[in-house]
Amino acid sequence: MDTLLNNLDVFVDGFALTIQVFLWSALFALILGTVVGAMRVSPVAPMRAVGTGYVNLVRNTPLTLLMFFFAFGYPKLDLPSVSYTTLAIFALSLYSATYVAETLRAGINTVPLGQAEAARAIGLTFGQSMSQVLMPQAFRAVIPPMMSVFIALLKNTTVAAGFSVAEAGAIRATLSERGEPAIIVLLWVALLFVLLVAILSFVQRKLENGLKVLR
Amino acid sequence: MEPTDSSPATSNITVRRGEPLVVVKDINKHYGELHVLKNINAVVNRGEVVVVIGPSGSGKSTLCRAINRLETIDDGVITIDGVKLPEEGKALAHLRADVGMVFQAFNLFAHKTVLDNVTLGPIKVRGMAKADAEKKAMALLERVGVANQAGKMPSQLSGGQQQRVAIARALAMEPKLILLDEPTSALDPEMINEVLEVMVDLANEGMTMIVVTHEMGFARKAADRVIFMAEGEIVEESSPEQFFTNPQSARAQDFLSKILDH
Repeated sequence: MDTLLNNLDVFVDGFALTIQVFLWSALFALILGTVVGAMRVSPVAPMRAVGTGYVNLVRNTPLTLLMFFFAFGYPKLDLPSVSYTTLAIFALSLYSATYVAETLRAGINTVPLGQAEAARAIGLTFGQSMSQVLMPQAFRAVIPPMMSVFIALLKNTTVAAGFSVAEAGAIRATLSERGEPAIIVLLWVALLFVLLVAILSFVQRKLENGLKVLR
Repeated sequence: MEPTDSSPATSNITVRRGEPLVVVKDINKHYGELHVLKNINAVVNRGEVVVVIGPSGSGKSTLCRAINRLETIDDGVITIDGVKLPEEGKALAHLRADVGMVFQAFNLFAHKTVLDNVTLGPIKVRGMAKADAEKKAMALLERVGVANQAGKMPSQLSGGQQQRVAIARALAMEPKLILLDEPTSALDPEMINEVLEVMVDLANEGMTMIVVTHEMGFARKAADRVIFMAEGEIVEESSPEQFFTNPQSARAQDFLSKILDH
């Protein structure tokens, strides 16, 4: 307990940054993933090709490698310089969006064909059918696996610790300088992650109960 | 629509009201080896009620769905109100907004209330204000007798109620014609009549309708013309009276003997 209380500042700062990185990445991954998911079921072949290419390229790349590209590649690009935290959010968003897209696509496939036909029959365009009829039902169908994607994203934020982002994954390194026993520190970090994931699971249960689609 | 006196079926000449609205010319469709539509030609005039009848697998549903391009065709031309069916995109969506469709499986939007099902098209496609769309939707739900269910989800309704909502949803777009693809085939027997009554009312009000159905009662009561299909072809086309009492083709005779015997 002393380990935690004596270094509360480090724990609070670390987890605050973790939560910040997580929330931004989750938001961007959700938006980008939804767009890519829709592209992958588009009637337009080039759109499908771009969506498929992106998913296969990024999903098959290890997250660490992606982080490397952003941390070391981006600064060479002569673009406005941004913090390592922002670059980590970029990398995590791009990476997680592929999983969001695939999960959503599975959800779209569970929506009965008749729903799409009815949407088209009243004159909705592809975009409107997606946003008004298919996506809302697809999201409801995939809440559990979607939440798993976000839980994985939350834990993946720790990879950013390797790239000068002082989030929760970096707490151990910081505290070892203060001479704290590493194993105890790690146990506290793990416990706090379990707590955060428990909150996400709680949100998941609430969403599942509140948004059930009855057929 | 101008009313017509439905002349007794003394001949094969059908009652024609107004000018052609749907023209189907030389269309063909294959599913792989299977030739499901063989050189179909048909005309449906404004205000006309046409019943398409035939054994399962005869291509009647495919024909019905091809008219708003839920099924593509291999060749031939379909025009609606003088406009050739667009292939894809906004133009097609535009045209579909003018063609109502009622499905065998109702296909109400499962995540939206009954009221929202009916207002979605008018709001998103016609750009109507929400309040106006709701007022109109309530009037339509009233008309089909389910206004008291407006706040419920589709799954809370009986099949007959769902299908009546589906008809209201189609009517909300003020379509030029309505396609009904076996609208009563998925219903329990005691619910068929409530849907048929709505359909008969619609027909009497002059709505142009193409109805794929096995309901002989509806065909006799409301149809101007019966198209009999078998194996992807239009085999016979006549007035309901003529068709049911004196079918000309052997296939129609055979079909009718099978469904009317019991």
